[in-house]
Amino acid sequence: MDSQTVKPMLVSLSNAYWKSGDGISDQFPVGLRVLVVDDDTTCLKILDSMLKKCGYEVTQKSDAESALDLLRKNKNGYDIVISDVHMPDMDGFKLLEHIGHEMDLPVIMMSADDSKDVVLKGVNHGACDYLIKPISIEALMNIWQHVVRKRKQELKEKDFEGSGISEDGEQQQKSPENFDYSSSANEANYKNLKKRKDEEDEEERDDTSTLKKPRVVWSTDLHQQFVNAVHQLGIEKAVPKKILELMNVPGLTRENVASHLQKFRLYLKRASQHQSGHNNAFMGPQEASFGPISSINGLNLHALTTTGQIPAQSLAIFQAAALGRPTTTSVPIVDQRNIFSFGTPKLTSGDDQQQPNNNIEQMNLFHRIPSSMEPKQLATLNPFAQSSGGMNMQVDSPAQMGQPQRMTQVFHDINGGSHVSCLASSVGQPNLLQVIPSGVHGPSYSSVSQPSTPPGDSFTLMSNSGLSTLTSKGMLQEEVNSEMKGSRGFVSNYVVCGGLGNSPNTIQLVNSSLADNALRIKNERLADMDFQNNPFPGQFSEEDLISALLKQPEDFGLVENEFNFDGYHPNNLPL
Amino acid sequence: MVQAIKRIMELNQLQRSFLEYTAALFREGFLDSQFSQLYQLQDESNPEFVVEVVSLFFEDSERLINDLSRALDQTIVDFRKIDAHVHQLKGSSSSIGAQRVKNSCVSFRNFCEAQNIEECSKCLQQVKQEYLLIKNKLEALFQLEKQIVAAGGAINMVEWML
Repeated sequence: MDSQTVKPMLVSLSNAYWKSGDGISDQFPVGLRVLVVDDDTTCLKILDSMLKKCGYEVTQKSDAESALDLLRKNKNGYDIVISDVHMPDMDGFKLLEHIGHEMDLPVIMMSADDSKDVVLKGVNHGACDYLIKPISIEALMNIWQHVVRKRKQELKEKDFEGSGISEDGEQQQKSPENFDYSSSANEANYKNLKKRKDEEDEEERDDTSTLKKPRVVWSTDLHQQFVNAVHQLGIEKAVPKKILELMNVPGLTRENVASHLQKFRLYLKRASQHQSGHNNAFMGPQEASFGPISSINGLNLHALTTTGQIPAQSLAIFQAAALGRPTTTSVPIVDQRNIFSFGTPKLTSGDDQQQPNNNIEQMNLFHRIPSSMEPKQLATLNPFAQSSGGMNMQVDSPAQMGQPQRMTQVFHDINGGSHVSCLASSVGQPNLLQVIPSGVHGPSYSSVSQPSTPPGDSFTLMSNSGLSTLTSKGMLQEEVNSEMKGSRGFVSNYVVCGGLGNSPNTIQLVNSSLADNALRIKNERLADMDFQNNPFPGQFSEEDLISALLKQPEDFGLVENEFNFDGYHPNNLPL
Repeated sequence: MVQAIKRIMELNQLQRSFLEYTAALFREGFLDSQFSQLYQLQDESNPEFVVEVVSLFFEDSERLINDLSRALDQTIVDFRKIDAHVHQLKGSSSSIGAQRVKNSCVSFRNFCEAQNIEECSKCLQQVKQEYLLIKNKLEALFQLEKQIVAAGGAINMVEWML
């Protein structure tokens, strides 16, 4: 800033930015609730005015104590805090810490002090930004990004629940304040999430450190070892330590095993909960070896499927997952299950109930699915996989699939279907195919429309009528929800892309009886998907599938890219 | 008719004076672009914003300068406290664009660090001086502005600030 010249006046502030409809729907960031804390009254007044000019809602406090007090009384009342570093009653960094621990709001530090070490201190204490005074209005215009970023971080974290492996322990944070401040329903969802997350947090905190852990990829082989170990010990007696020992895999930690086991148990538990029979015509793995399954637990996968709690496909996936690489053993369980009856030459039992829409031949895709025992990953579907019925679903790219936060949980508690937790495939896990809403940028919560509408479509993964849909930013929410209402709670809404016998781009409901559930995803999106490549599953080699499934996102940078409003990229499809 | 023209000419004159005066202040380093930002924040809903903020600044500054004087007068000088005051003065002066005041604060802080009482006293004098200077000038400016407004004109920073 040259003191000798007068700077050109800033652009008039009545530009399009402030106006509503600036491209980001719902007028965001207008209305962002800012708390500004500064003992300097002059600065405070100026900031107040600037923030208001930005369209934000401003609250001023001239000392840290009263600011903290206000925040405590009004936990969801603010989106972001801007605080001065030097204050008489409390150091700004201390305030920053308090806020971080108690409310976990994004905090921007500011000071006339521009020395590096102070800025560093800010960074170390967790400030999301550091502004140097004098603060210009331009600097304030963009502070909303911190809210969004934090929010996304939260969502990402949330998806890691259930997984003891997290990228970065420091990111374990509580849920953010309600992002959509205009919707109280969202708030409810957030609280729900926050609660769940908090529950998970304790446990996860133990497991995580502040160091980045290398991802553990639960490959088919690894999972098989795991399963063998568990099998050997007996499911009741299988403890992480012993499993780890039995597996004898270098580099694998007890924590890895523990979280994997947890998911496995969860899956088993859910599987065994469902008893009723329901004809979910679906494929069963052709070559899957079911032997181990039955012995693993009282798992009644069959029943699971029939109740509709687990789409048959996912069931198949589970089995495959549980079993690791398919062996050639026959399937003892066959008798139990209707669904798996067909399409499995190895199913020796005479159970050949032919489900209406099934093409047996098509069923051979799932058994290849690499291990991952996460129940939540049931939702993953092989885009190549086919079901006779097909389901309306869209499959996202594996690159995206690798990102846990995108996954939708197919599984739902029978009763509690309203919550979609995300397929939290832990970061390193190979993925069963996961159905991901295209253009999803993070799971959104059911039943409430999100403030912003992603360009991408959304789709639903549902296993339950009460399902919440995982839509990116809630876009299809209403649509799905209303559709869901029609559902009878039957599962089987698996999207199988390119189902045989169906038009390549169509995903139809698996079970004709469910057809009227109209769980339909925008088929037109499918056109984007590259299903055409492999219309005939039979043509896929095992290796193709596995490699497709195992494809992991290269790096998390990729993830970040997705978190924008650009929609998803068709190129990322696993084909 | 002549009266009207006369008035318009007077107004023009005033506005020109205002323009020149402000330009000089910028040129001589008394003010920086932050000052123009203040005018941006002034609008119909906030017509007196600049005057209000600057008044606040005057109040804060005078208080701080007094505190500083007292602190330096102590037998045992608390440099940390002094530094804190100076820091604050630096902050507020920079936020309204009182550049010379801000700069004198910067030097002041350096001597605080060095814990040099004598130099600090000198700095304080410097700060005081700069403060009084800018106070005078801004008050004159506001007077001019008042006259302009009274004469039916308005200050529109956007247009004339270069």
